Amino acid sequence: MPRFVQIAIVCLLVVGSTVAPAKGQPVIMATTTSTDNTGLLDVLAPAFKKDTGIELRWVAVGTGKALKMGENCDVDVLFVHAPDAETAFLVKGFGLDRRPVMTNDFVIIGPAADPAGAKGRLAGRALKAIAQAGAVFVSRGDLSGTHQKELSLWRMADMAVPDKAPWYVQTGQGMIKTILVAEERGGYALTDRGTYIKYAAARRAGSHVLKVLVEGDPNMLNHYSVIAVNPRRCPSVNHQAAVRFADWVTSAAVQELIGSFKLLGKPLFVPAAR
Amino acid sequence: MDYILEAVMQAFRLLSSGDAETFSAVWATICVSTMSVVLTLLVGVPLGFFLGYADFPGKRPVRTLVDTLLSIPTVLIGLLVYALLTRRGPLGGLGLLFTLPGIAIGQTILGLPIVVAMTATGVEALDKRLNPTLLTLGAGPRQILMTTLWETRFSLGLAAMAAYGRIVSEVGISMMVGGNIKWHTRTITTAIALETGKGEFALGIALGLILMLLAFAVNLATVGLRKRVKR
Repeated sequence: MPRFVQIAIVCLLVVGSTVAPAKGQPVIMATTTSTDNTGLLDVLAPAFKKDTGIELRWVAVGTGKALKMGENCDVDVLFVHAPDAETAFLVKGFGLDRRPVMTNDFVIIGPAADPAGAKGRLAGRALKAIAQAGAVFVSRGDLSGTHQKELSLWRMADMAVPDKAPWYVQTGQGMIKTILVAEERGGYALTDRGTYIKYAAARRAGSHVLKVLVEGDPNMLNHYSVIAVNPRRCPSVNHQAAVRFADWVTSAAVQELIGSFKLLGKPLFVPAAR
Repeated sequence: MDYILEAVMQAFRLLSSGDAETFSAVWATICVSTMSVVLTLLVGVPLGFFLGYADFPGKRPVRTLVDTLLSIPTVLIGLLVYALLTRRGPLGGLGLLFTLPGIAIGQTILGLPIVVAMTATGVEALDKRLNPTLLTLGAGPRQILMTTLWETRFSLGLAAMAAYGRIVSEVGISMMVGGNIKWHTRTITTAIALETGKGEFALGIALGLILMLLAFAVNLATVGLRKRVKR
């Protein structure tokens, strides 16, 4: 048993030394799973550390939860993609100085046979066609940025969200799991392109693999922004570092870095800072 | 099926190549689970002893409450501890959110009912003549406590292992309170959740195997301890 106590003491010392500010407090960021899962942050964090000496730590959750963490003053800065929810966040005074960083796009994927005839349509019409055909549509159902985009597309199609329709499947899980459910059920899904690229690369070929059917609709753009948590409401946040990060990620050099980032050989993000 | 074979190979690759990310998660897991188990035993054994040894009004309902808490879901503990530790919560000033000690608080709450219930049962199951014997031999309260605990050492060991098993395998608390921050609070279980979310199923299974190896090593160590205690 003394061995356990020794380990515990060593742990406490190690943890204590990392909690204590070792030259420049780290900046803590809440972000969406897509920035983390694509590996973009693994490229940005070391570059940020090199340029400013500040360590970037992040918690990757759905945008809804990320905004909640900002509201609760648990993080210094947000890097999220749900413009409507972000505007509400700013209006309530929870955050300051929202700046666009980059875009990528959403796509609607589905079985190659395309039973609902969604291919090539605009996003809203494609959803309508799926609903009319009663084809399976698999939704995230978790208020993530992707789910919020889907909700706005239903509005655009002048349709109520088919919450209880038998063909409308809500997983409440992450993007890749949702795509896999769609594949198992031979259904359609809305996904960000990054997750689709990873999915398609991992599945190799086969008739069951879902294909991109709807893309290029301007309504399917996915806008990522950076928001500093309001220091007047949350005095404990590391606001200086948050602003440093916002300035840095929207600077010309870093925008170029984001534009040249490739996932499995395919470019993914388009710089959008003004 | 090929996931599983690939996973076993990947587990060995990660371990033999000294993959920094994996070892960071392994270290975080060892660290936080050790803290949690030590805390759980420090708090839980005296409570369990009291509950098994003393007679007081309302003892039955308390036992029932402890037994009910055995099935408390980890996500619920995670949410409660998050609400305590968030900077706008009652303990927000401590800055424990997104740290390993923060996770340890939640895991201690998870482990406590197990240790309390099993210690109490162990004390209750002792030979009823132990206590009068100790008293006639002129033992003080401290000696009674220590002797009784010594006599229950096997149930205590089992309680510690059961608590350790639940603590090392939970993901809800570590995810919610720790935040799965790379190099800091990413444990093996949150790493598995992350890799599964990324669709890297083989890597997820590989990490699971590494967790099992870790648990195996801990169990081996306790077997050794038990042998020494038996002598």
